Amino acid sequence: MTVSVQQADFDAGEEIRRLRLENPEAGAVVSFVGQVRDLNQGEEVASLTLEHYPGMTEKSLTAIITQAQQRWAILDVTVIHRIGTLQPMDQIVLVAVSSAHRGEAFNACEFIMDYLKTEAPFWKKETTSSGEHWLAARDSDQSAKQRWHE
Amino acid sequence: MIQLLYFASLREALGIEGEALPLPEVLNISALMALLAARGGAWQEQFAGTRPLRAAINQALVANSALVQAGDEVAFFPPVTGG
Repeated sequence: MTVSVQQADFDAGEEIRRLRLENPEAGAVVSFVGQVRDLNQGEEVASLTLEHYPGMTEKSLTAIITQAQQRWAILDVTVIHRIGTLQPMDQIVLVAVSSAHRGEAFNACEFIMDYLKTEAPFWKKETTSSGEHWLAARDSDQSAKQRWHE
Repeated sequence: MIQLLYFASLREALGIEGEALPLPEVLNISALMALLAARGGAWQEQFAGTRPLRAAINQALVANSALVQAGDEVAFFPPVTGG
């Protein structure tokens, strides 16, 4: 697996290519890219700043991927999460999963995103015309995680 | 001693990133929060249990019943919002 927490942007195409070519058994690579929206709850977003807990972030992401590996027959996983100040339409996060068949990769990719959203120690602060504010956690993210226990 | 760390809106409300704290005895996260709330002011506001806070011991999420021991790194933060 590859886990990276970085300020720099990433090339999703290159990451997918690497997962594909490193695993001749891979029949599928499923990926998710999250980006900064220009509007949140009706307000125009000027920038988004991501804070994290160095050390715990990497441990948490590694533990989430390990859980996915125990649950599905997946070949490899890449997670890249950006920190620092981002602008609308900047990429925030990449999760890419390779597996022999698509079902495992689809499930594992969604599982990893749902857990990342609710367990990995990142916090978003938004700057809008009305000032700066920290984003509140969303109940829908909790329920998205919960369904993996059902 | 334990090492305390505060993140995001909690760090801003308290005005510090962290501190070393002598541990009077082995206690759980709830008891540690009560100890911090007793400082009054912003501490009372943040740790009195009215705001949703998560805790981690040695960089792993824990429940409020988890025990804190000498030498631990204990972090408090609001619910996470990454991704």
